[in-house]
Amino acid sequence: MTVLVGYVPTALGEATLRAGVEESRRRSERLLVVNMSRDDVLVDAHRAAGDDLERVERDVTELGVDVEVVRIEQGTDPADALVRVAEERDASVVVIGLRHRTPVGKLIMGSAAQRILLDARCPVLAVKEHTA
Amino acid sequence: MDNASALLGGFADVITPMNLLFALLGVIVGTAVGVLPGIGPAMTVALLLPITYGLPVEKSLILFGGIFYGGMYGGSTTSILLNTPGESASVVTALEGNKMAKTGRAAQALATSAIGSFIAGTIGTMLIVLVMPQVVKFAISLGSPEFLAIILVAFVGTAAILGSSRVRGFAALLIGLSLGLVGTDFVTGQQRLTFGSPFLADNIDVVVVAVGIFAVGEALWVAAHLRRRAATVIPVGRPWLSKADWGRSWKPWLRGTALGFPFGAIPAGGAEIPTFLSYLTERKLSKHPEEFGKGAIEGVAGPEAANNASAAGTMVPLLALGLPTNATAAIILAALMSYGIEPGPLLLTKEPDLVWMLIASLFIGNFFLLVLNLPLAPTWAKLLRIPRPYLYAGILFFASMGAYAVQGQPFDLYLLLALGLLGFAMRRFGLPVLPLIVGTILGPLFERHLRRSLQGTGGDASGLIGGPVAWVCYGVVVVVLLWPLVARLRRVLDRGTGDDGGRGGSAAGGPDGPQDSAVGATGPDGAQLAGRFDDAERDRAFDDAERASVGWASDRDTPSAAGRGATCPSRKDSES
Repeated sequence: MTVLVGYVPTALGEATLRAGVEESRRRSERLLVVNMSRDDVLVDAHRAAGDDLERVERDVTELGVDVEVVRIEQGTDPADALVRVAEERDASVVVIGLRHRTPVGKLIMGSAAQRILLDARCPVLAVKEHTA
Repeated sequence: MDNASALLGGFADVITPMNLLFALLGVIVGTAVGVLPGIGPAMTVALLLPITYGLPVEKSLILFGGIFYGGMYGGSTTSILLNTPGESASVVTALEGNKMAKTGRAAQALATSAIGSFIAGTIGTMLIVLVMPQVVKFAISLGSPEFLAIILVAFVGTAAILGSSRVRGFAALLIGLSLGLVGTDFVTGQQRLTFGSPFLADNIDVVVVAVGIFAVGEALWVAAHLRRRAATVIPVGRPWLSKADWGRSWKPWLRGTALGFPFGAIPAGGAEIPTFLSYLTERKLSKHPEEFGKGAIEGVAGPEAANNASAAGTMVPLLALGLPTNATAAIILAALMSYGIEPGPLLLTKEPDLVWMLIASLFIGNFFLLVLNLPLAPTWAKLLRIPRPYLYAGILFFASMGAYAVQGQPFDLYLLLALGLLGFAMRRFGLPVLPLIVGTILGPLFERHLRRSLQGTGGDASGLIGGPVAWVCYGVVVVVLLWPLVARLRRVLDRGTGDDGGRGGSAAGGPDGPQDSAVGATGPDGAQLAGRFDDAERDRAFDDAERASVGWASDRDTPSAAGRGATCPSRKDSES
């Protein structure tokens, strides 16, 4: 069993990561950090740079947590990708970041978080930037 | 100064709120499409062509001028931030620009390219004012035989000089000429290539050809090929230049302008060759040669200026002779024709207000671009986050709507699709697109001049060779056509006298083979440049450039940008 963290290179992503580390300590399970970047856009703001992922791996390992960092580069839907990985790796909990979206933004782009909350078969831990 | 007052009159015409709005709209749209790889200014103008039918001619020309200049600006943003040139003229900018961005100097690179483009664009537009009326004065005395010869130079130039292989260039030209032939013969009234279809009897509308080849063909091609991993965002601040940067930039700006303008003004010049020349020049003259390859600001300033100056230069043959020297100009020409205005030397006499207003709007558009691009560069970069399927759906929608709007016939939609597939196939097999569109637009004009010259002499072929201008033109054509033969002869002679022991191996590979195809990946014909630079120098530059272009094209078979049509692949074989 693993704790799955959906990581993005933002402040919210860092908060999510911290919550994930705590969760994996509490459950004494491995931590799996996933960064997804879509392949149908030229630039994806959610894509973490290579050295960023290395830093995550280094920091979390220093904290004494067994961690694996994965980048997914195929596909167009982060929610779908995360739910699939959760099932493949038999995750016990998925940790994601949650932020406010405008109704229009949600209407146009949809909400990835909402779909993960509904579609994942395991419990989902939603982290907010200011509470973490 | 007659022209100066005419230009001032043009400014007075442009500065109305509506016209300024159209200029602003043009530069915004132009920058946006310049930023997006795979959508060039030519494609955009083609797509907007049918939509502007409802507008008065001045307004649509102001719009197109803005798109033309804006596209040149926008391309540099993507080159610098992503190493993915939005159009082939900014391939060179990516060489140093992206290195600068990677070392945290993205803001400076964007600033030097925006300010350089502004300066080059302004000087270039002033040069249009000075040069264009002189060319008109000269051209107005020319008769049909001379025009025939000049158009022939444009044909041979676009087909043989641009692109990697002459055979492909001429094949594309012939396809274009055939498309131009379809319809009713204007002298005898016979139907040609219509296959009995009444829809084809009325000629194929150039708009449908342009939209089909540029928009549909390019969208199909890019959608089929440009799938790659997303890039990480490079953070950009507000573009600015330090005093040292200014000091290092201003000379390259001026030199780039001097190189770019004449190349834009000659048929088959384009922007690829002058940007390369400017890059090589700056590297030679730089006081910091060690910085080249690591992000030298001169290597961004020069090519960017050359790029915009050549865009300005393109306007000279377009307005003075009615000859397009790049794809966007070709479509602007088609737009003029669709308003019933006959381009050519008489344009300035018949429609002086229109011409001067267009030039004035270029000045204003250029200023808008500087104001827009300096503070907004980071915003433009956000456009790259639009998922590609949305873009292609939009392009195909606009293309179909535009083609249907021309005559309201469903037949045009089938034609559009067929031409789109043709455009796709041409890209697949590395045929440049520019000769096709030039052939389609200038073919009927060529035929008219040919007929008129022959009628003048009662069918005697001597009527085709009239006056020194025609002689010079035919001379140029012969030189361009025979050049590969001469070059090969010289090589054979060289090899005969040189030491054949050591060089046999490399000569077997043939400088004509690998070398020319390396050049072909980025545009200019190797033979044209060979005389000016030593081989090692040239190879190094082109290698650099290739690496840059490979960065954006998922495979190197991609003709690098939408409208330019000049680039085409020839990794597999070359002309010889």
